[in-house]
Amino acid sequence: MDWLFYIAAVVAVGATLMMLTRQNAVHALLYLIVSLLAVAVVFFVLGAPFAAALEVIIYAGAIMVLFIFVVMLLNVGPRAGELESAWLTPTVWAGPAVLAAILAGEIVYILSSPGLGIEPAAEIPPERVGLALYGPYLVAVELASMLLLGGLVGAYHLGREDRVRLETATHGVHTDVAGSDSGGDLVRAGSDRTAGAA
Amino acid sequence: MIGLLVRRNLLFILMSLEVMVNAAGLAFVVAGASHGQADGQVMFIFILAVAAAEVAVGLALVLLLYHRYRTLDVDMASQLRG
Repeated sequence: MDWLFYIAAVVAVGATLMMLTRQNAVHALLYLIVSLLAVAVVFFVLGAPFAAALEVIIYAGAIMVLFIFVVMLLNVGPRAGELESAWLTPTVWAGPAVLAAILAGEIVYILSSPGLGIEPAAEIPPERVGLALYGPYLVAVELASMLLLGGLVGAYHLGREDRVRLETATHGVHTDVAGSDSGGDLVRAGSDRTAGAA
Repeated sequence: MIGLLVRRNLLFILMSLEVMVNAAGLAFVVAGASHGQADGQVMFIFILAVAAAEVAVGLALVLLLYHRYRTLDVDMASQLRG
């Protein structure tokens, strides 16, 4: 019981450290997804299956897909295809795959031995969460919906195409460096800082 | 937090923010589990909503900054004008 928690925690911390030290954004995203899955296993072992499901579906599913979308949007160009094939060499996905396999083994072990999982007293079922959510926290739920609406409108406003074109036309873009900055060299610490003032 | 301090790439900073928000949610869920209350998971759901909204706006800002400056270096953002 305890060692399941410790293994998942070690995987989470290790994956997060690997995420921080990667140079390539896609490789870091792979490790970040593994880290979120490990946290989901921790939730499950702690007796919060609803939070674990939300962690997998929303964090590792929706938010990480958003990140990958942006990374791919930043790399639109003729070199994008060969870059994508260069990103996913076996040495790159071996690390996240091993960590994810550890987590999958844990989940299979928990599910295959029903007596060993969470003791029923410690588990907080989704019914209690839902009752609390739509009982005393009803106003906060409405506020969260307003926040999400605000985020939606804000993201749409920032991402409108005409606004982007207008600003690039006004401020000028260094076309000499465009296209070279994908993959590992996304970090260029202030090399053209003065030129960027436009 | 270390990622937020060390990395200068905006994407990595957003990813580190996700990790930090996730840590706060983990603390809430652990506290709720140790007290046997459902409130921890409720707060985790709110944190999830906040993180989703933050990431949507943040990634839109990343795209905007990249279109303007062709770089993801946050030091470029020190030259923003109104």
